[in-house]
This record gives sequence, structure tokens and C-alpha cells, in this order.
Amino acid sequence: MSAIVSAKDLKAYYITNAYGVERTVKAVDDVSIFVQEGEVYGLAGESGCGKSTLLKVMLGEFQAPLRIVSGSVTYNFDGEERNAASLTEQDRQDIRWSKVSYIPQGSMHVLNPVRRIQDTFHDFIVTHKPMSKSEAFAMTGSYLRELGLPEKVMRSFPHQLSGGMRQRVTIALATILWPKLIFADEPTTALDVVVQRGVIQLLKEIQQKKGSTIVLITHDLGVHANLANRIGVLYAGKLVEEAPTRTILSKPRHPYTQFLIKSLPTFDERSEREGIPGRPPALDNPPSGCRFHTRCPLAIEKCKTLEPPMLTISTGHRVACHLVSEEVHHVA
Amino acid sequence: MSPEVLLEAKEVTKIFDIRQGFATKQFHAVDKASFTLQKDKPEIFTIAGESGSGKSTLAKMILGMDYASQGLLQYQGRDVASLSKAEKRNWFFAKVQPVFQDPFAAFSPLKRIDSYLYETFYNYKMAPRSEADTYINGVLNQVGLSLAEIKGRYPNELSGGQAQRVAIARALITKPSLIVADEPVSMLDASLRMSIVNMFRKLKNDNGVSIIYITHDLATAYYSADRIAVMLRGWIVEMGPVEQVLGNPKHPYTQNLKASIPQADPDKTWDTKTSLADMELAEFSRTGCKFAARCPMVKDICKTQEPPTVHHEGRDVKCFLYEGS
Repeated sequence: MSAIVSAKDLKAYYITNAYGVERTVKAVDDVSIFVQEGEVYGLAGESGCGKSTLLKVMLGEFQAPLRIVSGSVTYNFDGEERNAASLTEQDRQDIRWSKVSYIPQGSMHVLNPVRRIQDTFHDFIVTHKPMSKSEAFAMTGSYLRELGLPEKVMRSFPHQLSGGMRQRVTIALATILWPKLIFADEPTTALDVVVQRGVIQLLKEIQQKKGSTIVLITHDLGVHANLANRIGVLYAGKLVEEAPTRTILSKPRHPYTQFLIKSLPTFDERSEREGIPGRPPALDNPPSGCRFHTRCPLAIEKCKTLEPPMLTISTGHRVACHLVSEEVHHVA
Repeated sequence: MSPEVLLEAKEVTKIFDIRQGFATKQFHAVDKASFTLQKDKPEIFTIAGESGSGKSTLAKMILGMDYASQGLLQYQGRDVASLSKAEKRNWFFAKVQPVFQDPFAAFSPLKRIDSYLYETFYNYKMAPRSEADTYINGVLNQVGLSLAEIKGRYPNELSGGQAQRVAIARALITKPSLIVADEPVSMLDASLRMSIVNMFRKLKNDNGVSIIYITHDLATAYYSADRIAVMLRGWIVEMGPVEQVLGNPKHPYTQNLKASIPQADPDKTWDTKTSLADMELAEFSRTGCKFAARCPMVKDICKTQEPPTVHHEGRDVKCFLYEGS
């Protein structure tokens, strides 16, 4: 097993210069993640924590003012390593949809409203695999059948389908060429719970059938619990904790992760629950030291000035928090 | 009708016509919805259900933005549909206020956000003009904001949670007795959801405002609501106190809804599969129970006859399974 996509010490900033006022938004700051082949890697965090920016950079689909300041993103397809930043436009076109695929946020709106679903599928397929129209339609039909979607949607226009069906059609569209790597940005937000469950089920099925790798963004830890193998928690552009799903949900170590998990209502009790106090900092001028110290109830003096190092505390469990590292050193 | 009743819906039905070529099909977006909110006992009443179950249509009718095709909807003993324009503007719209799903769509991006608060204040002459600042600041304090924080700001300068709070503050300015909140938290992060829902609880307890909370998020509904009505394709299939309905759901649809909530617990992941509705319209026009095609406990009778609403274990449930119990 090897990392199919990896970000190494990645720093990606939005750098704007309007009327002589330079502004740098550090949306992704020194993040390293290694996504293994065949796993579902979940990225969690509040809005404005850099989740989507990280995804865009890993996908290689970004434009100024977003820039990679340092670090790199590397793909590894069949043992062939490629730096995402050095790909030419032609290379990108070749890997897009056939090797790397993307399910964007609010993706039910990406379907062309004036074309039938089957025509959109046809466009996608023939760009990568030359074939006749009837062959492409047959391929679409058999794929939809395989995923348990009704074949009649092929002849429909997008507005005739419900939101959940459109979302599932979009997922089918993004995966019809069996990409090895799928990036999904909040694929279930704004869907209701029953449809959400259907969509997650569909993603899981695709992943298990073809062993694809999925990088999944959502702020809903409940979705992660059902789909992800490993979860990375981002806060203010930094990776603060990363662990296998079971470990991070049962034994979260970073105070921010603990907050995220605690703020979810459950059916066991109706006691008072608080959201996380405050809100994520603006990333053009992030707090010094640990970026969470302004909202952390456990913050100590050190947190305000010194950035906590990323520490591996058990197999696959990394956490960046002074309290945890002090505890570990104390024991050691 | 007694004066203690704040809002009463009696078999409220909304029928839409759908034209397909020359044929016109009718479908019931809301079908015989009946419920009552008491005046002296403010409560959070949740209307839950998946997309396309008629939740928002019902909300629109309660807000007086749309009329019921059949049935009666009364606010404080007055039929909402028969109010004159002036009565609506001066009295009804002040007393029944909406909060919508997307705060950034509710506010114009070109207008300062505080202007909405001032306009509402001036339009309804809540106090002398000179007291506008203090009054508005007081209302903002109730939602955890202050006038200094938002004065002169545009909507894009606020976070989603803040903008939604301002939307709620705007609704509170006219001192309403009922707030209809249509999916107020579905655009927000899980952590922010709790703070909005906590605020609803506080408003209910401190200000005596009743809240109709429309959502598909059963977890926040369970946490905040007093009573819940679960809707399916226009029907209210289960209604009762939230502890009973969600603690121990009886209708197979409610059971399915509850089971579909993802839990952040690796031991509580889904092991069974769910089936989704293929085409919404087909379910609306189904004879018999509208859940029959997806129901794991379907009987023959469900496919031909509409189930009766029966009272069972402290709640009303519309299902053949509990008939005669």
C-alpha cells in the first residue's frame, strides 16, 4: 500500500493585491497528509477552516489568487509519481475524470439544465474513450443499473429529478470512468437525512466495488463515522489531529476535536449542549502560537506563543497540542 | 373556538395542478393537516420530514403567503385566508414572523444589515423613533449580538451563524407570538446549529414565543422541541410529544428517518440498506399508504387503502399496524 495522493508541508495562500493593499489569507498552512490507496480519508472542521482549499490544491484545479507557496502535492498512479503542480494542461485533461474525479459542493446544480442526462454522460465518456453514441448510452444504462438507479433518468432533464436523485446521478457521472481517486466536497450537505443515507450508501458501494480512494469533506462527523477509514481534523488552515475513525471518535485528544464531537446532539439525552464558543479566526491574521488558543478552555501560557508540534501518540494517531505533548513527555 | 388557541389547523389541504400536455393532474402537497398550538403554553413545535414532504408549503400557508385549498387555518380565532390586506399588514404580519433557511438569500447583499432592523422598527412603530437604538440593541442582545457588532455592516461581512441571528432578531422586533422557522439551521455547521437551537429554547422560555421549527434534522428537533409532527408526502404520519415520537417511533417512516441520522459513533454505523423514493410525484399520487413502496412492514391493505389515524401510546399515528390497538 502506498500513498495515492500526498500533500507534503503544503502551504497554499490566497494572495491578493488590490489598490496596493496586500492581503495574504493562509488557508492551508503547513499541512501534510498521505492518503493511502483504497481508503476513505475524511476531512473535518468548521466552515472557513481551509477544507475546501486543501481539496482544490490536491485536485490541482485552482487559480490565482490561490497559490502554492511551498510544499508539494504528489499523485502516484500505478507506481508512477507525478507532481500535481508540474502537470501540463494536456496531462490534466487526460487524468481528469478517468483517474481523478471530483464531486463538488452543491453538485446537484452542475448538470446542464437543457440537456438530457444521457447526453451529459455521452459527453463525459467520449472525451476519454472514443465510442459511438449508442455504445455510450449502453454503457451509461448498464452503469446506472449497477448502481441501482432507475434507467429512466437517462431520458430525463435535470429539473425532472428530485435533489437526491440529481446528486446520485452526479456521483454516477463522476465515477463512470472508474477513477482511482475521488474527491468529494460536502456531497451530502443540504440533502435530508434519508437521501443523505442513500448517497453515502452509493459512495460506499462504488468504493468497495472498485477499490477507489475517496477524499471526503464534510463537517458532519456522523457522515465520517459511516464512511471514512481515517479522519483528519483541520482548524484554521492547520491539521490538528488525524487518526483512524474509531480512535478519533472514541478517544479524541485535541480540545477542538473534542468540541466538535461534543457539540453533536444525540438521542441519548436532552441535556443542555453548547456549540463551540467563538468562531474560527480570520486567516489573513491568524492567532500566534496554537491557533485554537483563543477559543480553547484549557489553553496554557505556552499555547499563546509557541506553535504545538505534530506528535504521533499511537499508530496512525497524530495530534498537535501542547497539553498532549506535555502529558506524553511526562509519562516518558 | 376558545381564545386560548394561538394557531389551529383543521384539515388544511393544498392542491397543486400539474399540467402534462393537455392532461391536468392534481396533487396534494399538504393533505388534511390538523394541529393546534395553545396560547398560554408556548412551545417549540417541529414539523419534520424529507425534502418534498410538504413542510414548506404548510409553512407558507401558516405565514399567510399562500392559501389553503381546503380546510381552515385560524390564528387567534381568525381565519388567516379571510384577513383584509390592512389587517394582515398591521396585525397578522407583526404577530407571525418568518425565519428562512439561507440568511444570505434573505438579506440583500447591497444593503447594510442593520437597515432591516430599523425599517421593521419604523414600519411597525414599536416605540418612539428616538428609542430605536436602545430597542434594537435590546432585541439583538436576546440573540447574543449587540448593535455595535453589526451596525453599518453588509451581510457578507458576517458569518452564517451571525447572519441567521440577525434574521431572527429582525423577526423578534415586532414582538411576535409565533415564529415560523423554515429549515433555519440546515445551512450551518453542526456546532453552530446547537447555538441557534439553544436560542430558540431561550426565546420560548423567556419571551413566551411559540416556534414552529421546520427541519429534516431530527437530532436538533429531539433536542429542542416539545412536540413533533412527521410529514410524508403531504400527510402527517405521526404526531405527539417528541420524547415519545422520537424516543420510540411507531410509524415505519419515522423509524426510517431516525435510523438515517448518522451518528458520530463507530459502533452505531448503518448495517442495513435503505431504499429511496425514485420519483416524488409517483409517491404523491399513490393510492393507499404513500410509504407502501418503501415500507419494510408493508401489508396488502396498505397498497389500496389510506391508513386511518389512530391514537397509540401517547401519539397520533397514521398506519394500519396500530389499527384497533
